[in-house]
Amino acid sequence: MKYTGDVIKYGDNVDTDVIIPARYLNTSDHSELASHCMEDIDRSFVNRVKQGDIITAGFNFGCGSSREHAPIAIKASGISMVIAKSFARIFYRNSINIGLAIVECPEAVDGISEGDRVEADMDNGIIKNLTTGKEYKTQPFPEFIQKIIKNGGLINSASMI
Amino acid sequence: MGEMFPSSPLPVIREKTVYFMFPTCSPFYLEKRLSEMSMTMTQKILASHAGLESVQAGQLILAGLDLVLGNDITSPVAIKEFARLNKDSVFDKNKVTMVMDHFAPCKDIKSAEQCKICRDFCEEKEITHFYDVGKMGIEHALLPEQGLVTAGNLIIGADSHTCTYGALGAFSTGVGSTDMAFGMATGKAWFKVPSAIKFNLTGKLRKYVSGKDVILHIIGKIGVDGALYRSMEFTGEGLSSLSADDRLCIANMAIEAGAKNGIFEADDITLEYLREHGAETPQIFSADPDAVYDEVYNINLSEIEPTVSFPHLPSNTKTFDQIGDIKINQVVIGSCTNGRISDLQIASEIMKGRKCADGVRTIVIPATQQIYLEALEKGYIKTFIESGAVVSTPTCGPCLGGHMGILAEGEKAVSTTNRNFVGRMGHANSEIYLASPAVAGASAVTGKLSSPWEVMGI
Repeated sequence: MKYTGDVIKYGDNVDTDVIIPARYLNTSDHSELASHCMEDIDRSFVNRVKQGDIITAGFNFGCGSSREHAPIAIKASGISMVIAKSFARIFYRNSINIGLAIVECPEAVDGISEGDRVEADMDNGIIKNLTTGKEYKTQPFPEFIQKIIKNGGLINSASMI
Repeated sequence: MGEMFPSSPLPVIREKTVYFMFPTCSPFYLEKRLSEMSMTMTQKILASHAGLESVQAGQLILAGLDLVLGNDITSPVAIKEFARLNKDSVFDKNKVTMVMDHFAPCKDIKSAEQCKICRDFCEEKEITHFYDVGKMGIEHALLPEQGLVTAGNLIIGADSHTCTYGALGAFSTGVGSTDMAFGMATGKAWFKVPSAIKFNLTGKLRKYVSGKDVILHIIGKIGVDGALYRSMEFTGEGLSSLSADDRLCIANMAIEAGAKNGIFEADDITLEYLREHGAETPQIFSADPDAVYDEVYNINLSEIEPTVSFPHLPSNTKTFDQIGDIKINQVVIGSCTNGRISDLQIASEIMKGRKCADGVRTIVIPATQQIYLEALEKGYIKTFIESGAVVSTPTCGPCLGGHMGILAEGEKAVSTTNRNFVGRMGHANSEIYLASPAVAGASAVTGKLSSPWEVMGI
């Protein structure tokens, strides 16, 4: 699995209330959720995000509510992957379960700037900053998790489990 | 179900973890160490539900579930995913529950449509424990009250505060809608076995200090990711002075420290609570005496003071010696954290004979119908109304900025809820100060963030 895209960068403790505010949780429509993604932290996000873009963030990304609407909104916005220093645990499993690629790599987050072009090779655990040429190593997912993401989520993987 | 999760004592993933911990040991030695490996409370519950003799931190397991929970926001997404699994029925109609509490009674047409999806699904699948308006309460207050939770259970809920039931010696954790769908269909969920932090509690809480102050104090100490991916296990002689309501409040906010679960070892107080609420026979899991903890914190309950989390993180805590004059516009007393009878009792004790300050809107939300009725019988509701507060039917409402008390730009609220993130209760430029029901009651009558000690002359 390889993901290539331009980076949109955020800080620590980006919570699910700013990823998708609760006032929009009266729907589960993916494109409607995407249209409000990041609204309370970054009003420019929905206008500048492009298909394939990568989010980088600091510690504890996705903290707070269990709403799966948060990774759904991010994925439906066109984001191909989130690289963070760490993830809140429910967001982490929700992303895996819906097939949104996520990876923890503090060094990469520190070495990647807003707008850099990044390529992440998740089979081998290598994140490359194509803008600066620097490479960062990360732990590849355990096989079980890789299979779920490759299948596009937990429901598609039910027969394998 | 066997391929990815072999039931042999040495699945691949576990070998990796243990090699990491003991890089020089031989496979033979490894096996010996594993069979002798001690476990935390959480690990024992997970092992027993995965059909394994023991589990290790970092191990991936597939475990059987005693209860799968969803609400009116998360269930519709789960129901959509469930449909893709082509199953006619849920794994056990008595072990799936849905509670219409977040935007119910429905605040708008879209919310009404979401509740209808849940209602129709529960009717079609003959779900026993479907809680609609009239029967419903806030899920994490309701389920223990209804006796649906017991010690030793493994429970998942598509709501982050599902960790509440750890107060009663269960492993319970918040998951997303897809996990809920998979759980409803198969009765199973995947878990990465967590390591744990131990909180050794001593002493006894002072007057007008409660479980809320304890958990805010702890989150202030360890941070919003201080327990990330891990269990918080509460133990020590101090437990004997913590009521079931205090414990439910503490376990409820384990997620605000990033924890997978918070858990109290079941004792006489737990067993009494479970008996009173007609819960199934409890199974008590104690940590091994030599269980390994990542960290141990000693918390003296006698030293804890009324504590407030300032905007915009639960870890941003202050005690009243650090707090100046902060005028407020709204007070909320309720939620899955603090909408229980003891919470309403303490707030009404402070507000009795006093009036809510001019310019302060005070909203009281009993967490369940039973709590509402008890508060009515005990006169708390009369006290609230006489003081100028409003009392609402059970709902999560304002806690997540849904309805029943949304903040305008620049407004400040003291709230007994659990999160004070940007925009959580309304406008992105409003502010939430998280506090106990005693602090909320005191603040309602003074119109500024106030200590109950000050108002009650202690």
